[in-house]
Amino acid sequence: MSSDQDHLKETDTEARFEFKKEENSAFEAEKGLTEETVRIISEDKDEPEWMLERRLRALEQFQEMPMPTDWPGQPDLSEVEIEEIVPYIRPDIETRGGAEEWEDLPEEIQDTFDKLGIPEAEKNALSGVGAQYESEIVYQNMQERWEEKGVIFCDMDRAVQEHEEIVKEHFMTKCVPPSDNKFAALHGAIWSGGSFVYIPEDTTVNMPVQAYFRMNSEGMGQFEHTLIIAEENSEVHYIEGCSAPKYSAFNLHSGGVEVFVRENAHVQYSTVQNWSKNTYNLNTKRAICEADGTMEWVSGSMGSKATMLYPSTILKGPGATDNHITIAMAGEGQDIDTGAKVYHNAPDTKSTIESKSIAKDGGRTNYRGLVHMADGAENASTSVECDALMFDNDSTSDTMPYMEIQENKVDVAHEATVGKIGDEDVFYLQSRGLDDDDAKQMIVAGFIEPITEELPIEYAVELNRLIELEMEGSLG
Amino acid sequence: MAELEIKNLQAKVAEEDGEQILRGVDLSVESGEIHALMGPNGSGKSTLAKIIAGHPAYEVTGGSVSLHIEEDEFDGIDVPADLQTWDLLDLEPNERAALGIFLAFQYPAEIEGVTMVNFLRTALNAKLEEREELFEDEDEDEADAESEDTNEDAAGYETSPMEGPADEGEVGVAEFQEILQEKMEQLDMDEKFANRYLNAGFSGGEKKQNEVLQAAILEPSIAVLDEIDSGLDIDRLQDVSHGINALRDEQGAGILQITHYQRILDYVEPDHVHVMIDGEIAKSGGAELAETLEDEGYDWVREEVYEAA
Ligand SMILES: Nc1ncnc2c1ncn2[C@@H]1O[C@H](COP(=O)(O)OP(=O)(O)OP(=O)(O)O)[C@@H](O)[C@H]1O
Ligand SMILES: [Mg+2]
Repeated sequence: MSSDQDHLKETDTEARFEFKKEENSAFEAEKGLTEETVRIISEDKDEPEWMLERRLRALEQFQEMPMPTDWPGQPDLSEVEIEEIVPYIRPDIETRGGAEEWEDLPEEIQDTFDKLGIPEAEKNALSGVGAQYESEIVYQNMQERWEEKGVIFCDMDRAVQEHEEIVKEHFMTKCVPPSDNKFAALHGAIWSGGSFVYIPEDTTVNMPVQAYFRMNSEGMGQFEHTLIIAEENSEVHYIEGCSAPKYSAFNLHSGGVEVFVRENAHVQYSTVQNWSKNTYNLNTKRAICEADGTMEWVSGSMGSKATMLYPSTILKGPGATDNHITIAMAGEGQDIDTGAKVYHNAPDTKSTIESKSIAKDGGRTNYRGLVHMADGAENASTSVECDALMFDNDSTSDTMPYMEIQENKVDVAHEATVGKIGDEDVFYLQSRGLDDDDAKQMIVAGFIEPITEELPIEYAVELNRLIELEMEGSLG
Repeated sequence: MAELEIKNLQAKVAEEDGEQILRGVDLSVESGEIHALMGPNGSGKSTLAKIIAGHPAYEVTGGSVSLHIEEDEFDGIDVPADLQTWDLLDLEPNERAALGIFLAFQYPAEIEGVTMVNFLRTALNAKLEEREELFEDEDEDEADAESEDTNEDAAGYETSPMEGPADEGEVGVAEFQEILQEKMEQLDMDEKFANRYLNAGFSGGEKKQNEVLQAAILEPSIAVLDEIDSGLDIDRLQDVSHGINALRDEQGAGILQITHYQRILDYVEPDHVHVMIDGEIAKSGGAELAETLEDEGYDWVREEVYEAA
């Protein structure tokens, strides 16, 4: 089709997900989570006092809160041993806050990123690339013309230093306070890295802002924090990709995402995640959307041992809109519990949730969603559609769409389908020349097409490729 | 030249105590021939068609289905003597497709989210690639061997639903667009179908037309068309008939056409007409047999069978 795709061929995805570099880290925190660990983290980052206080407060909350075990049908988290995680690790480079130029990066890291395809992505004129090597952003680049307009895209650690006031106001305060859940509290205590995106009023960033995270250290947790602020009448599309190489040791990912969508602003947050099969992926992602603003979540959840991910949007102002598109895939031994939460707190708010899941080889997917319509949310409307595709009778797909409706004048539509991949469909494609695997892959690609068509082409290809690898069983 | 040869084929539903459907079918179809297969509802016509294509729902309990191909059947491949006869029952459906078997379904599947153009190009390339694999051991030519290596390096992409640029030996996007457009025009199909999802929401007649389009693109050696005429309006019946005749005249395909009605046979004139009753070919004849059946139904054939028994 276009040259867009040429580079994708060069960067063999399979190679991207199966490599692992020798660790070469300047600093590795002691195992176990104590106040001292948190202090070391903060000190090493040279953080202002208020951030240390927030971390310590979050740690307290974390220690007080019990493990969540009371959700119906929730994934088993009993093997999450937080004490085993070395929560912080940073790459061995000189510059605090990351290298300015690609060439400044240690060769080993460049090599890793080559396999991830980051420079290629940049060559394809994406406006910014922030890539997290282990816990810290080491390389990112934002095209100058955006900087001139006052757009900020930098790593979160740097933002704490350089944009202190705005971070202090928004960081885990109104959107995702540490008290939200045990893992949000953990995140608040030991977060590290992530992205900060600020779009000033009346500014449209018409190229996706892109970040890529991955874990590359045994026994390491990843706790990146992403904070996106889109001022009035602004627009941005933020894309985050995650992949992790295979590991035998236990891994926990607990990221935090906070999005502020001001009046009439538009934010799209897209993520394709592919954690290794031993990772517990427990995230808290939330957006607050003011009047006439639009928040769009596009999530592809692949990999991990267990995922609990329910991006949520608070439709705070009248006329605010939320769109959720999620896709989840679970194979052998995986429990992927994903969904969406939307709070309609104002009149004329609108939400649509579209969820697609694929379960195979005994895997389990669950759609868990909540739509809340507050008293006074007149003329609010929501449409929820969940479709599940199963490959075999050993796999499970559940649907748990909760609705809390406190207002009468609302419009609620809900549809759910669960189906097995059709033998006749597979045979039809086979009779045209596709082998059994390719036929099934094509059916799955078609099943998720409503989602891939929302993604930029390279991510759509990437997602399809990941699913292919997943179906071939060649991912760890 | 190719010949599909079915000998004493017996088959049942692949379940415990599955019903015996085919009870000894003998039938041969050669390149350039048009055979019509008629017979009452439930007599086993579609079952025969699906078994030829390799449907897993049926178990063959006796007999054989073989395909003979001559040296020059496929462009760019010299079929060696020891690979000129294939026992189709040993092969996967996609391998049969690669050898030139095509089935137009009585009830084509609807595949959401997969565009026609994407599907057809993927299928065409998959078929060409599979064909190369089936004959590859005999490829002594070094250049050929090398081009296959490149194909393998890019494994996964060439048949991927969302493809990158064409590999060597593959039909590229631009080239394919042209082929598709030409074939659609010949069938008088609106070009907007190219970007629609495969059969999804197609009307009954559109699905049938689409089956013929697929045949035109995949260029089969032997095409089995299961009630391709059902649900077609008068104009479309003609378009489809042209399409079928073109398969034979331009590509030299052999056609096995399952139908209930004389109507399409006026346009696609059969060289042979067969009547299937209770899982057997009860009677064969020329084009006039279809006309007799149209007038008189199947009872007299049944009676002949009973008398003979
Ligand atoms: N998978 C199956 N399971 C059970 N019975 C089957 C199956 N497939 C076919 N049959 C039965 O076998 C018989 C032959 O079916 P088939 O579809 O081949 O008939 P046909 O000759 O094509 O009929 P029609 O003209 O109505 O299309 C029918 O009685 C049908 O119900
Ligand atoms: Mg039939």
